Order: sequence, then C-alpha cells, then structure tokens
Amino acid sequence: MGIIPRDYLANRLVTLLLTVFIAATLIWIIPRLSPIDPAEIALGRMAAGAGSVANSEAILAQLRAQLGIDQPLAVQYGKYLWGVLQFDFGLSTASFPTPVSVLIANALPWTLGLMLISLIITFVIGNLLGAFMVWEHTPRLWKVVIPAAMVFTSIPPILSGLLLMWIFAAKLQWFPLTGAYGLTVEPGWTWTFAQSVLYHGFLPALSIVVVTFGFWALGMRGLMIGVQGEDYTTLAKAKGLRPRYILYKYMIRNAILPQITAFALKIGLLIAGQVLVERIFAYNGMGKLLYDAILNQDFPVIQGVSFVIILMTAVSVFLVDLVYPFIDPRIRHGS
Amino acid sequence: MADTSDLTARQIRRMKRFDNPWRNPKLMWGASLLLGIIALGLLGRLFWNLDLVFTGSAPLKLPPVGFENLRRQEGVWDHPLGTDGSGRDMLSLLIIGAPNSLMVGVLASLIGMSVGIFLGFSAGFLKGRVDDVIRVLSDVMITIPPLLILVVFQAAYGDVSLTMMAILIACFVWQSPTRLIRAQVLSMRESGYVQMARLSGASTLHIMFREMLPNLVPYLFGSFIANVTTSIVTAVGLEVLGLGPQRVPTLGRAIYEAINSGALIQNLWWWWGIPTILLAVMFIGLLLINLGLDEVSNPRLRKL
Repeated sequence: MGIIPRDYLANRLVTLLLTVFIAATLIWIIPRLSPIDPAEIALGRMAAGAGSVANSEAILAQLRAQLGIDQPLAVQYGKYLWGVLQFDFGLSTASFPTPVSVLIANALPWTLGLMLISLIITFVIGNLLGAFMVWEHTPRLWKVVIPAAMVFTSIPPILSGLLLMWIFAAKLQWFPLTGAYGLTVEPGWTWTFAQSVLYHGFLPALSIVVVTFGFWALGMRGLMIGVQGEDYTTLAKAKGLRPRYILYKYMIRNAILPQITAFALKIGLLIAGQVLVERIFAYNGMGKLLYDAILNQDFPVIQGVSFVIILMTAVSVFLVDLVYPFIDPRIRHGS
Repeated sequence: MADTSDLTARQIRRMKRFDNPWRNPKLMWGASLLLGIIALGLLGRLFWNLDLVFTGSAPLKLPPVGFENLRRQEGVWDHPLGTDGSGRDMLSLLIIGAPNSLMVGVLASLIGMSVGIFLGFSAGFLKGRVDDVIRVLSDVMITIPPLLILVVFQAAYGDVSLTMMAILIACFVWQSPTRLIRAQVLSMRESGYVQMARLSGASTLHIMFREMLPNLVPYLFGSFIANVTTSIVTAVGLEVLGLGPQRVPTLGRAIYEAINSGALIQNLWWWWGIPTILLAVMFIGLLLINLGLDEVSNPRLRKL
C-alpha cells in the first residue's frame, strides 16, 4: 500500500507509451505500403455521385493536398504522429468534410457504455458462479447446472449475438432488431430516451455476458480451490463462523484479486469481440463506424477507430497494473 | 486410518482414471468434436459433389430437408442442409469451409508457438539486453488486439489467401507462449536437474531441448490450444466484417453474406445458423480440450 515506487511507474508508463507508439506506427505504415490511393477513391465517389467529373487532374491534386499525401513520407509521418497526439486523424473520405475525431467522439460513448455495463455484469456473475462451483454448501443442482452453462465460454460473442437476435428480435419480437435507440426517439437526457437505450442495449449486452462470464467463473474456480485449502479458511470454519460469511469475507475476498490482473490480459479480446457485436446489431458505436468505414474504404476512419480502441486497451491495462497493489495489500511494488 | 482399504473399488478406479491423460473425459469429448469436424471435411470430399459450392449451382434459398421456406418450397435431398441466397449448397460450403477455419487457427498457432519457443528460450537463457527487449516487446504486443491491426491491413490490401491470413494472425499470437516459456525457463534454470546437466558438460542446446522442453509440454499444449481459439476468433471476426479471403468459402464469410442479405428477417436461419453452430461446436471442442489439459497438469482441479 501507499506510494507507487518510481521505477515501477516508469516501467509501466514506458510500456504504455511504447504500445501506443507501435500501434500508431503500424496503423500508419500498413496503408502506405498498399497500392490503393485514397484520393482516387474520393474522386471515384464523386464521379459515382455526379456521373462525370471535369478537371479530374486538378481535383485529384487538390484532394491529395487536402489529405496531405503529396508530401514526403517523413513529413507525413511526423504530421500524423503530431495529429494523433491531439486525437486528430484528418478528415473522413466517405463523409468528406467531417473530421474523424468528431465521428469517433459520437460513437465512443455508446461503446464505452455498453462495455462497462456488460463487463460489470459478467464480472459479478462469473466470479460468483465460479465461487459457487467450489463452495461446499452449494446446492447439488447448481453444481451440475453451472458447469453445463460454461460450455458457451470461448464462443465469440458474435455467434451468441446472432442466435439471441434471431430468437428474441426476429422470432419473438420482444426486442428491437438493430440500433441503439428508437428511430422516433429524440436523443437527450429524457426518461423516454433512457428507456429506449436500455431496451435496445439489452440484447447486445446479453450476448456478451452469456459467452464471457465463463472465463471469470473458470478462473475463480481455480483460485477458490487454492483458497479452500488455506489455513485461514480452516480456522474460520473452526471458529464457527457462518458459511456464507466465510464465503464472502474469507474466500472470495482473497481469491478475487488475481482475477483483476486476468482482466488486464483479456480486455483486448473483449473489446474486439464487442466491436463485432456492435456491427451485427448495427449499434451506434465504434463497431458500426468501423464496419461502415471498411465498406467505404474510408481509411482515416479505419485508422482512427483502430487507434482509439488500441489506446483504450493499453490505458486500461496500465490502470489495472497501477491500481492492483492498492486492492491487494499483499503485493508490494518493485522489491 | 486412511489407507486404500477404506476406499471403494469405484473410488480407486476413479483415482486411477486420470493417470493416463488421454482418458480424461473432457479431453476425449473435445478431441472427438474436433475430429468430427475434420471427418466432415475428409468424408465430404469423398462422398459429396463439391462443385455445388459455386454460385448459382443450385436453386436459391432452399431450406434444409424437413423444413419449408417463406415461398413454401420444401427441402430436397439433393441439398440436405439447404442452399444460400446465391444458390450454393450449404453442405458443400461446410465441407470446404469448416476445415479451412480450423486450418487457419492451427497454422497461425503453430507459427506463433514456434516463434514463442524460440524467443522464450532466448530470453530466459541469454538474459540481459536480449531478455529486456523480448520482455518489453511481448508486454507491448499482448495488449494490442490483433483484430484491429488486421482490419487496417486487410482494408488496405483487399483479398488475401488463407495461408496469408494465418501468417498475419500468427504475428499476434506469439506473445503468450513467449511469456510462458520465459517464466518457466527462468525458474527451471536454477533447478537441480538443469544444474546437474550443466555440470556434466551438456551443451546449451541439449539442456534446452532435451532437458527443459519435455517438462514444458503440458503448458505448451494448453497455450497452443488457447491460441488456436484466439486465431479462429480473429479470423472469423475479420470474415464477418467482410474482410479475409474473398474467393475461398469460409464459415465467417457465409455469416457475413447472410447478415448482409437480411437472412435474419427473411427467416433463412440455415444460412447463418448452420455455420454458427459448426463454429460453436469447434470452440466448445477446443475449450473442452483446454479444460481437460488443465486437469491433467493441475491435479487439484480433478476432484470436481
């Protein structure tokens, strides 16, 4: 507990910055190596809209200047990195004058909201179920049902999403098929809007929860088996404490801590999975933005979305690493 | 008194059962699910006409046998699992697509594993500067979700082959074996039998591959299976976004086309549903193998 040693902080910070730097560089280099010219795509889009384009050479040069691809590569790279630092990814080519950062700023709250809610639900349910699998006072029926439910673990949420969508949205029509809020609802801080958002968010969140809780449950089960054999658990039982009290205050409290580090390693996959769920539900988040950008070959948006998601992942891992010792007093930084 | 005479014959049998890792029920179930998929691919190639996988080779949107579609057409035995929206036979699509998905996963994981073994041993053995670089690099790369870099890559380059996709995915699955092996090598270095081998003049390579590697096999196998899952998830993710191989049938691409043609609303459940279920079976099989391997290497998990 207490102050974080400077060495450890520096170490984690370097990893964070290096991750962000490598990701930004990869995202920049990869499209440069490809033969596709974004200016020509933009021109093609114009031609498709207008039938024909006069002065195409001049427009092409103008577009290249606007997109900044007429300059030497080193300059482009420098400008790109400088822009990334300020969350400036240039202009979208599909919805041309709109800056990518505006599109991302509109999509990000949806993704973060969905992620946070489904994550909290899965973490709680998964860890509780994992603990119940080991606890000796769990009803026998539960011990059969819980492992059976875990079969869904490691199925990507997109598959569970499709099944849930078909059953509850297409067949039973209990929930809406797509979107993040109703078409007739005006976005704002109103009760109807909140209701609509919850209603639309239920299936996407559920499809993430059903396939990810097993990951936590499995980890928790392994940790609980360890805790079960510890002396302090035996002592607590010998003292005659209530089993439920022992479960929550002795066993889960000690077993849950390594789960938080497991979270750091898993978060990248969780976010990637959610992006795909958003795509099938046409949920107004980063996933839909990314998918639309792929369809339109809108490179600045693809780059921006990828970068922001990688940044989110890296920052979460960083935060978990920093916060962990405060939650687990047994861990001392460095030494 | 807790000697063996207290135990019933059944308990003794149960305790002995796990001594042979191949007789772990989870492992066997998982392996047989995967073998089933491989068998589908092999037998299908022998007994089914694969030309039906071409567009327009069959009537459009036929349901599986025993079902009716919205146009009141019934399923026919010529196309037992129905056909998709562009007239491809679902069965031949699965026969070609399912082993492809598995192949991408295994290939990517094999490459990643080889790189991981090499880097992990180098880091653990050479220590110093090499170790620092490898450790930091794997720490950095493990936080980058492969899907997003690959999306950028494939959006820029368009079509790729299955092998190319496997190689691309492999660039993102070497980190966990590297970290695992590095940690194990660092602790094994100091163990008695390695010291003994070193004192008796064994070469570094001999120590690495003959003394240490055999002890790592259970961990490596677990890590390998986990990576196969990650690789397939990534590949399916790319395919569902409309990326990935464009000319080869894959399960993910079938799902992509189904969603894009509104198969959910038109009640064409077999189009996306059968590939989804097949993929789910694949993932369940891999999970069971992994759980089985956990039980093999960690006896405390077995009692449940």
